[in-house]
Amino acid sequence: MQRKTLRLVLVYLVCILIAAFTLFPIYWMFVVSARTKLEVFSGPKLIQTSFYAFNYYRPFFRDIYGRYLVNSLIIASGNTLLVVSLAILATYAFSRFRVPGSSNLFFWTITNRMAPPAVFIVPFFLIFTRLGLRDTRIGMILLYCIFNLPFAIWLLKGMIDSIPKELDEAAYIDGCSLLGVLWNVILPLAKPGIMTTAILTWIFAWNEYLFAAILTSVNARTITTGLAEFVTVIGTNWGEMAAVSVVCLIPAVVFIGIAQRHIIAGLTFGAVKD
Amino acid sequence: MRERKAQVWGLLAPTLFLMFAIGVVPVIYILYLSAFKYNVFSRVGMVYTGFNNFRKLVFDADFLKSLRLGLTFVVLCCGIELPLGLLIANLLTLEFRGKGLFRTIMTLPLAMAPITIGSMWVLLMNPDIGPIPFYLRKLGIEYNIGVNPTQAFFTTVLVDIWHWTPFVVLTFMAGLSALPKQPYEAALVDGANRWQVFRYITIPLLKPVILTTLFIRIMDTFRVFDEVWMLTSGGPGTATRYVSIHLVRLVLQSMEYGYSSAMSLFLLYLTIVMCWLLMTFISSSQEAT
Repeated sequence: MQRKTLRLVLVYLVCILIAAFTLFPIYWMFVVSARTKLEVFSGPKLIQTSFYAFNYYRPFFRDIYGRYLVNSLIIASGNTLLVVSLAILATYAFSRFRVPGSSNLFFWTITNRMAPPAVFIVPFFLIFTRLGLRDTRIGMILLYCIFNLPFAIWLLKGMIDSIPKELDEAAYIDGCSLLGVLWNVILPLAKPGIMTTAILTWIFAWNEYLFAAILTSVNARTITTGLAEFVTVIGTNWGEMAAVSVVCLIPAVVFIGIAQRHIIAGLTFGAVKD
Repeated sequence: MRERKAQVWGLLAPTLFLMFAIGVVPVIYILYLSAFKYNVFSRVGMVYTGFNNFRKLVFDADFLKSLRLGLTFVVLCCGIELPLGLLIANLLTLEFRGKGLFRTIMTLPLAMAPITIGSMWVLLMNPDIGPIPFYLRKLGIEYNIGVNPTQAFFTTVLVDIWHWTPFVVLTFMAGLSALPKQPYEAALVDGANRWQVFRYITIPLLKPVILTTLFIRIMDTFRVFDEVWMLTSGGPGTATRYVSIHLVRLVLQSMEYGYSSAMSLFLLYLTIVMCWLLMTFISSSQEAT
């Protein structure tokens, strides 16, 4: 009995330690975002009592960051919409019919996901410049499919595979067309899976930095890229940088609340189920 | 039946077209560009040079150094994160109040944008405003990642540990909770101690999960970019210039598109080979058990 109590105390100790280590940087970001320039430079006090909201107001309403935020929202949502709708169609084909090469689907997904994005910046820069897609939102929406689409197909495949084939065959006999079956049978049954896929896709698109930094300049610049612009030679407005970071963090926190249980399965390509 | 077949290709067509346009065409383009000397600022335009770019690549000391540095980073990060994650996950197998909250906290770094994580650590590490240099200075340690190469390197390792240890812990926790109870009960009857149970039951049973996690971590640390770019931009000097950073800096500074393409192609090849080797290794070790 005593050993068990001892172990429980140890567990709580470890948990609190890890949680503190994980949360402290995030806490510090909040603290800095609530400080005036003077407070930021007058020594790193760990407790903050006042809140300087101007740090949040100025970048978004008096500077260009509002536009960046809108761009990020449009690009992430547009990409999610495109990826999910294409993935549903393709996954259904992969799942129900024999498609040549579908046994390599997993390897294809993995290599697309694991390739360093830096590898693709030269060809994309040249191609996008030539096609006039550089610095456009539609260009970024299409581009993010490169890592999101194989990933979405892979995630959805497991879910559509688990829907019994007899269901759609029955629907065919009742006179449904292929799209009718997709819409009336598959879509309602795979809804939770589609939601998870959509959320993860959205987060990946929102978080992306390198492609956005290379391929956009003003019109389609995203919030992550804007964040990296804060550190300049003439000095950094730390409070505002922290505020933009916090805003950048919000969607992640919101979606964690919804899809927390699926994040591990998503990040390990379904190899580990939580 | 024929009609059905046409419909299947109809379902696949948009995906195949898009993935061809953004997934295959760039690779072909890299392949093509890598055979040329192509600098935006040169007046002669593209000059065909055959394999010259690759010959240059093999003897490029800066590139080889970045490769070595990147691999050191991979080994160090994985070598710390996996044992640490295994230890923590193993400790947390028993049920206790607040486990759900703990998991939610651990999921936070996973969903954050890497660039936000970079800026967050800049706020912590900046010598003017950050608390870490401030308190270390009180202890008599001068800490400045903009100046000291060793500190910069280990700071990027620390950031990676902060970012990804939670992922390792959560995968291992999920893996552990899916293990069968029976071997543990048998070991208890046989009077095995805690270490023996861990060494001879948990590790072998968890092996597939450990290998998968290792695979994902190796590939992710190898291509690390955002956090390090935000934190040090590869500096000071070349202390944190890992492969991705080296490549991006080369493209931005020299505009040598031909040579950069050769380097990209080589990295892509390396990634595919590493993926293939690791996946073969994982599936063969799964068959063995």
